[in-house]
Amino acid sequence: MRKLNLRPSTISSKVVMALAGVFLMLFLVVHLFLNLLMLMGDEGETFSNAVVFMTENPAVKIFEYVLFAGFIIHIIIGLLIEIKNYFARPVKYAVSNTSKTSFFSKYMIHTGLIILIFLIIHFTHFFFVKLNLVDIPGDITTDNHDFYAMAKYLFKNGIYTLIYIISFVFLGFHLNHAFQSAFQTLGLNHPRYTPFIKALSSIYAIVVSMGYSIIPIYFYFFY
Amino acid sequence: MNIKLKIWRQKNAQSKGKFETYSLNDVSPEMGFLEMLDYLNQELISKGEDPVAIDHDCREGICGSCGLYINGQPHGPEPKTTTCELRMRSFKDGSLITVEPFRSRMFPVIKDLLIDRSAFDKILIAGGFISSNTGTAPEANSIPVCKKKSDKAFDMAACIGCGACVAACKNASAMLFVAAKINQYALLPQGKVEAAERVKKMVAKMDELGFGSCSNTYACEAKCPKGISVSAIAKMNREFLHAKIVAE
Ligand code: HEM
Ligand code: FES
Repeated sequence: MRKLNLRPSTISSKVVMALAGVFLMLFLVVHLFLNLLMLMGDEGETFSNAVVFMTENPAVKIFEYVLFAGFIIHIIIGLLIEIKNYFARPVKYAVSNTSKTSFFSKYMIHTGLIILIFLIIHFTHFFFVKLNLVDIPGDITTDNHDFYAMAKYLFKNGIYTLIYIISFVFLGFHLNHAFQSAFQTLGLNHPRYTPFIKALSSIYAIVVSMGYSIIPIYFYFFY
Repeated sequence: MNIKLKIWRQKNAQSKGKFETYSLNDVSPEMGFLEMLDYLNQELISKGEDPVAIDHDCREGICGSCGLYINGQPHGPEPKTTTCELRMRSFKDGSLITVEPFRSRMFPVIKDLLIDRSAFDKILIAGGFISSNTGTAPEANSIPVCKKKSDKAFDMAACIGCGACVAACKNASAMLFVAAKINQYALLPQGKVEAAERVKKMVAKMDELGFGSCSNTYACEAKCPKGISVSAIAKMNREFLHAKIVAE
C-alpha cells in the first residue's frame, strides 16, 4: 500500500507555488488591462461598463475564488519554504556570499511581504468596499462599485499615491525574478530558449510595474 | 607576498569556535592555497600551537574533499576551481583572507575547517546506484548508447561531491548535487530502469536530512568547480514530476 505522505517534498512545494504564481501573473495582466480603461478620458464610462460585465459574469466569480486560493497558497508555501531554508544554515557566514548570483532572487520574501502589505491596503480601499465590509472612502459616491470615483478621490492624496507607486516598483522586482524562475521550477530550461525567457521576464516586470504606476500618477497629476 | 589570514578555529564539534588572525610572510604566488595552509601549519607546529585542521586528499581537483569558504566564496574567487587548484596569485599582496568552513546544518564542523559531509553519502545510499549482478563485466557494446547522451551523462558524472553548491546556496540546498547524480544515471539506458524510484528516494532523503529548497539563485552553478549547469536541476524537476504523476 502506498504510504500517505503529508509532508510534501521541496520540489512539489515549489512547483505548486510556481503554478499559483503563474496564475497570479496572468491575473495581473487582466487586471492591468481593465484598470487602464480608466485612462480613456471618458470619466470612467468604458471602465465602469467593464466593471459591470466583470461583476455579473459567473465565470469571473469562479476566477475570483481561484485567485484567492492562488494568493493564499503562494503566500503560505512562500513562508514555509523561507522558514525551512532559514534553519538549513543555523551558523551564518562571517563574509556573506560574494559570488555571482541572480540578485532579486535573494529578496523574494522581502519583496513578497511588501506586496502583501500593499494587498491589505488595496483590499481595504477597494475590494472590501465592494463587499460592503468597509465604508466608501470619503463618501464621494453612493455606488460601492464606482471604483473610478474612488480612485479619483484616493489618488488626490500624495502619500497614498506614493505608497502605490513604491509597491509597484517592488512588485516589479518580485516579478523580474518570478517569471523566469517559474519556468526553471517547472523544469523548462533549454539552452536556446532560457536566455529569451529571462529577457521576457524583465520586460514583463517593467511593463506590469510601469503600467500599474501610470494610473495613480494620472489621477494625481491630471485631475 | 605577505598576507593576513582570518581562520575559523574550533576545537571540536561541541565547542563554540572563533576566528583567529595570523600573519604569513614570504608566501610564493605560485603556491597552492592548501600548500599555503601547510606552510602556516608548519609555523604553528614549530611554535607549539595546534595546526589548522583541513580536509584534502588528491590535491588535483578530483576527489572533492578540499572545500573551504574563502572570502565569501566556496573554493575561493576563481570559477571552476577547487580549493586545492587555487593559487596564491589570485590574491593581492598584503590582503586579508577570511577562511571559513562550509556552513550548513547538514555539514557539521568536526574541527576547525574540517566538516562532516556524510549527508551526501546518505543521499547516494538512498538511490545513487544501479542494480546489476556482480561477476564478470558484461560485453561493453551490447547496450547501444547515443553519443550525445553519453556526453551529457559524463558532464553530470563530473560532480565530485565537494558540497560547494550547498555552501554557496543561500538556502544550503543540495539540489545541484542531487540533480547531477540523478541525471548521470537517468541519461543512460542502464540507469533509466530505476529512474523513477531513484529520483523519488533521493529527493525524499535530501528533504529528510533538512537541506533547503531551490530559490533559483544560481550561486551553485557559479561556484561548481566542475561547471555543472542549473539546467540539471530543471531536468531533475521534470524527472521528479514524471515519477510522481505518471510513473507508478
Ligand atoms: C501578484 C502577486 C505575486 C505574483 C504574481 C507572484 C509570483 C511569483 C512567482 C511566479 C514566483 C516564482 C516561483 C518559482 O521560483 O518557481 C514567486 C516566488 C516567490 N514569491 Fe511570489 N508572487 C506574488 C506575491 C507574493 C506574495 C504576496 C508573497 C508573500 C510572502 C510572495 C512570496 C514569494 C516568495 C518567498 C518567492 C520565492 C520562493 C523561493 O524560491 O524561495 N509572493 N512569486
Ligand atoms: S583535494 Fe581532492 S579535490 Fe581538492
